[in-house]
Formats: sequence, C-alpha cells, structure tokens
Amino acid sequence: MKHTEIAIVGGGPAGLAAALNAAKLGARVHLIDRNDYLGGQLIKQTHRFFGSKEQRASERGIDIARELANQVTASKNIQVMTEATALGYYEDGVLLVEQHKKIFAIKPERLIIATGGAEKTLLFPNNDLPGVYGAGAVQTLVNVFGVKPGKRVLMVGAGNIGVIVSYQLLQAGVEVAAIIEAAPRIGAYWVHASKVVRAGVPIYTRHTIQRAHGHREVTGATVVQLDENWQPVPGTEKEFDVDVICLSVGLTPLTELLWQAGCRMVFVPELGGNVPLRNEHLETSVPGIYVAGDVAGIEEASAAMMEGALAGLNAAASLGYTTESLGLDRRNILAQLEGLRSGPVGEKIRKGLAQALL
Amino acid sequence: MCEANQKDLTIICRCEDITVDEVRAYIEQGVTDLEQLKRLLRVGMGPCQGRTCTPLIVNELARATGRPVREIPLTVFRQPTTPVKLGVLAGGTDHE
Repeated sequence: MKHTEIAIVGGGPAGLAAALNAAKLGARVHLIDRNDYLGGQLIKQTHRFFGSKEQRASERGIDIARELANQVTASKNIQVMTEATALGYYEDGVLLVEQHKKIFAIKPERLIIATGGAEKTLLFPNNDLPGVYGAGAVQTLVNVFGVKPGKRVLMVGAGNIGVIVSYQLLQAGVEVAAIIEAAPRIGAYWVHASKVVRAGVPIYTRHTIQRAHGHREVTGATVVQLDENWQPVPGTEKEFDVDVICLSVGLTPLTELLWQAGCRMVFVPELGGNVPLRNEHLETSVPGIYVAGDVAGIEEASAAMMEGALAGLNAAASLGYTTESLGLDRRNILAQLEGLRSGPVGEKIRKGLAQALL
Repeated sequence: MCEANQKDLTIICRCEDITVDEVRAYIEQGVTDLEQLKRLLRVGMGPCQGRTCTPLIVNELARATGRPVREIPLTVFRQPTTPVKLGVLAGGTDHE
C-alpha cells in the first residue's frame, strides 16, 4: 500500500494545476494519468487561447501543457504516475491503480478527482459507419498525429470545439462542407465562428443530421432543418457528399470514481450531465474528496486550470500547509474564475453551478 | 445482437452492437429500467462501460416514460472502471 498526502486522478489542465499548487504549499502529491504523457486535452489545442493575461491569452494549449508538465516533473513533492489507470475507489479510502500490468493500492489523505469528460454522440441511421468520428478523435488524428481523417467533412455542432476543429481541419487542408447546429444560435465564441465563415464554411443553425449514407464507409449525409419544437421539417433535406461526419455535440463528466466514493451527485444539463455537489472549496459531500475541471461541470481549459489551482491549494491547506499569501492567492483565483464566467457567455455555466453547490 | 446484413441501423451501444430499435422494443414491452435493459441487452457492459450509451438510453427512457432525465435511476458504477486483464489481477496488489 502506498501512502500519500494528496492523490490526483487526471493529468490534464485541472490535475496539473492542482498538483503544482498543492506541491507549492509543501504537500506530497501523487499525480495519476492513464496516458503516457501529461496535459490531457491541452496537447491537442494548437490554437491560441484568449482572455486576459492571467488566463494565458495568446498562448497555445500544447505549449501550456508542456510548461506545466515540466514544472510538475521538476517538483520534488510530486510523484508522477503516467500510463496509470485509476480502476476504482473503495469504501476504506483506497484507490486502486493499474500501471504497467501491476496493480497498486494507494491510500491518500486527500483525493482530487480531475478526470475530465467524455464525448457525447448522436443517434442516426448508419452512425456506426467508418468515417463517423467524435471531434476529440479528429483533433487527435490531425493535431497530434498529423493524419487527415478524410477529404471532406460535415461538422455536427457549432460550439467552440466544433468550430475550432473545423478551422484546424481547414488548416490541415481538409475541406469542411458545412457546420450544422441544432440550436437556433451558434454556441462558439464569435471570434472563432467568424474565422470559419470568412474561410467560406457555411454554418446552418436549427439543422441536424438525419442519416449517414454509405455501405462500407461514409459517402454522404442528409441534413434536415428543425422547427421550434426541434422536429424535422419535411422537404428541407440537404445532401452533402462527405467522407467524414464529425460529431461535436458536447461532453459529459467522467464521474465513475465519484459515484464509487458515494459523493452526492446531481443532474445539471448546463454542466453536461451528472456532476458532484461541491462547496466553495471544491470539496464534495465526502470530506477530503475534491473535484476540479470538466468532471465538476463541462467548461474549458482556462477554468479547469483555475479550479485545479483552487482544489490543490484547498486540499493542501486542509492538511495544515499554508503560506502568508494563501488567502490572497485563493481570492485572486476566485476573482479570475468569476471574470471568466461573467457576461452572457458565462450565463449557462453560472446557472449550472448554482444548482451544484452544497 | 443486430443482423450483419441489416442496413441503416442506428447503433445506441457501440461496444455491444445494440440498436436503438432493440432498446425501444423492450421499452414498449414495459422494461423502463436501465438496470433491466442492461441485463437483457448487455447495453453498457462492453469495454467503455456505458460511457457512450448510458446518456442516450436515459434520454430514451425519459421520453418514453414522460419522466425528467434527472429522475431516471442509473446503474451501479462498479469497480473496475475499465477492463483489466485477468493476468494483471492474478498478479495481486502491490502491498509493499
């Protein structure tokens, strides 16, 4: 049995920030990630972030991941376990981890769950044909491995991910036939959406995919307009000759470990599904178990890093670690989070978080 | 399990190759409980452990029963969260 002060599950933006901030206060940390690299989804983010300087505006996710991972590996307080999968959490407070075909039992004094989210998908005929991808898979292929998923793409979903991945496909020399969005409005930030529109990609709001075509692989798709009650309008069908259908229809929190730990959960559509109730310290209903990032509610990388930093500081502080600037640091991060979630863009997340507070 | 020669299938559970029609047929027969559907069809019992299909099936159940999604009970999230090879389990836990 390994004993540690703080175990963090997930080495994405939230987990990395949590590890660094907990270690900075002096806590001993185990950072566990199932991949053979740290950074999570950040490593696919080849575009520049925007916002304020504290939120790392104009930096690219892939560079942020590298920088945070370097800091984490350099910290003597952080033990990194990559290629390590958290298999379960048990009632005696033990986390079971598989790494390199071995199983480890870890008993942490505090646990920070930063497992992120999983992609949602859609139901339509032939949705299992090769050529139907999740946006995350397309991003991995194009941005991580430099492989084109196909020649011509129909993007389903005009949120930030759908629109950014469309732009990255264009950059890779892949044609994007159209972006369709079931909602009456584009969900993505205008700065991203106007970029793809300027590049000549039409965005159809109130449209959904009706079916994919093809025998052995995708050869096309039928798209249909939706009425105010989200029902297809007959006669509005459009045909697209595409060999890739990319689904970017949202994420849902990866909460298995939280259910196993007995954390009180609540279904909040604005946050992507079932999320743990948490207090202002990001501690769940089970004392000593904290959450940060998409697992606590689907948001974005900047918010995940700030939540991670908060959870890391709070978990370490609860073990008695402190610094003179602790109170100020915490207030700073909270103010930044509030700024990020302010205005019309943050309305959905504010509404969601209001339902998830303990 | 769906027929290999059937066309235009809408798959709801990719791991176990279950169609939405199969799920709806059981719901129409009165099986309106995710746990029962899982036992009858194996939905959610494949490698991804329901991460993809559970939200979709819950939506089907909500629509068919007129209950809000938040009131549809989920199945138990048992350990292990991902498939583990028997040989790894047989190797025992590191208790150093």
